[in-house]
Amino acid sequence: MNYRRLFLIGVPYVWLLALFLVPFIIVLKISLSDIALAIPPYTPTLHLSDGWEGLKDFFSKLDFDNFLFLKSDPLYWKAYVSSLQIAILSTTITLLVGYPIAYGMARAPEEWRATLMMLVILPFWTSFLIRVYSWMGILGKEGFLNSALMWLGIVDEPLTILNTNTAVYIGIVYTYLPFMILPIYAALEKLDVSLLEAAEDLGCTRTTAFWLVTLPLSRPGIVAGCFLVFIPVIGEFVIPSLLGGSNTLMIGKILFEEFSSNRDWPVASAVAVLLLLIVVVPIVLFQRSQERQAEAQK
Amino acid sequence: MRRFSWFNATSLTLGFAFLYLPMLILIIYSFNGGRNVAIWAGFSTKWYGELFRDQAFLDAAWVTLRVGLMSSTLATILGTMAAYVIVRGGRFKGRTVMSGMLYAPIVMPEVITGLSLLLLFIAIGLDRGLVTIVLAHTTFTMCFVSVVVSSRLVTFDQSLEEAALDLGCTPWDAFFSVTLPIIAPAVISGWLLAFTLSLDDLVLASFVSGPSSTTLPIKIFSAVRLGVSPKINALSTIMIAIVAFGVITASLINKRSVTKRLKDEQEAAAS
Repeated sequence: MNYRRLFLIGVPYVWLLALFLVPFIIVLKISLSDIALAIPPYTPTLHLSDGWEGLKDFFSKLDFDNFLFLKSDPLYWKAYVSSLQIAILSTTITLLVGYPIAYGMARAPEEWRATLMMLVILPFWTSFLIRVYSWMGILGKEGFLNSALMWLGIVDEPLTILNTNTAVYIGIVYTYLPFMILPIYAALEKLDVSLLEAAEDLGCTRTTAFWLVTLPLSRPGIVAGCFLVFIPVIGEFVIPSLLGGSNTLMIGKILFEEFSSNRDWPVASAVAVLLLLIVVVPIVLFQRSQERQAEAQK
Repeated sequence: MRRFSWFNATSLTLGFAFLYLPMLILIIYSFNGGRNVAIWAGFSTKWYGELFRDQAFLDAAWVTLRVGLMSSTLATILGTMAAYVIVRGGRFKGRTVMSGMLYAPIVMPEVITGLSLLLLFIAIGLDRGLVTIVLAHTTFTMCFVSVVVSSRLVTFDQSLEEAALDLGCTPWDAFFSVTLPIIAPAVISGWLLAFTLSLDDLVLASFVSGPSSTTLPIKIFSAVRLGVSPKINALSTIMIAIVAFGVITASLINKRSVTKRLKDEQEAAAS
């Protein structure tokens, strides 16, 4: 092995090891330790220099109290369930909103498509925080939407939308919509139109042709889009804290509050470990489906 | 392609209205003279003036810019190296671990990455500040750079590099005079992506920043938690304008180079 190769492999490797894997192991460790050991100045209790004795000592001190605490306090339990609920429902809504847009883009005249693509990508480059914030001015009691509805005489008094779960759903659908549109559009654009013509020649109506041909063929795009929305939404923090209310329970928000206001790091770490266990399942499923997709194309 | 129906036109119009109206309202109301955000009180640029007189915002913007430039440059170097090693490095011990570590931060919830980095910095006694934010952002964004660069490396013809080596280039020369110019567009878009992600990041920065190093997103977040503020509308408008300008310019340049290449190819074929 020459030095050049060693250097090329070593630098990024060591960087990721030190700043990704090691910190992660620390979280695992702290989630299993007492609060007294983990508050600053935090002292790691594992001394490799002590050899086997140190290792034995280390493992005997680990405890699962933080996880038991999470189990006994219904707040965490509810937060997990409601994060999953919010993620599932908002992914479904995003799909229902995103599919017709992607479909329209794929049907649009050829020369528009590049511009339409850019219009979908542009919000992605715009600050996430600002896009979430823009809804605060719209959904508030004196916000744009309420003023418009009252001016039109649809409602007599302002609706409470901001700081409820409805606002969280709107925020999620809005910010994650490009992630849904792009993969579905990619799948629909590749679709061979002659298949649809064949279906219609054989007596399908346009609607049945859509259900029997277009929809099944766009499935890879739908699956990818749903995962791309679902995975980040579970751990979402900005949207529930700006648009949600005090009764919006999402695990990312709880973790952040546990860390910043309560300073309870072992519990925050235990929440993080459990959050990861929840996210790992969809991530692995997504990986698998992507690999299968890649193989099918070969 | 089949007929573009009324249904298609309606869903496109509604969809793009949904995507753009909130930002449009934000921009319009940043020029509102009154303090109340929903009542139009005449055109005024006073919030822009107040924004530029607010030292705390200017400081935060300066911190954000420095962090963005440093971390995206570092991330581009590290991410390009990582991509090169993964795509071209052949088999080596720990390759699977490395590609796992390159993929994980992209899908990992940011709150977890932030918390774990914070605990690391405390464990090794590193004071929280500019350095810790740069380290966190570099780690997070280098993974995105490596995705962008490796997708280009996969499609590029390896025999070009081999030819350079056969003609007497050292491996470094071959990389800098053959490989790098070819993958340059991907490296540049990787840098831009890293820079944008760094400018935009709230979660990682909130975990690892110290009291002396507030970034713009942290500042915005703490300001808007209390409600809508016209000053933040003005700031958002400036940021949206910069991004729109950048993206549109980049796509125009890209379009021109594509048309030029097509034209060159046609001329070459005709001659």
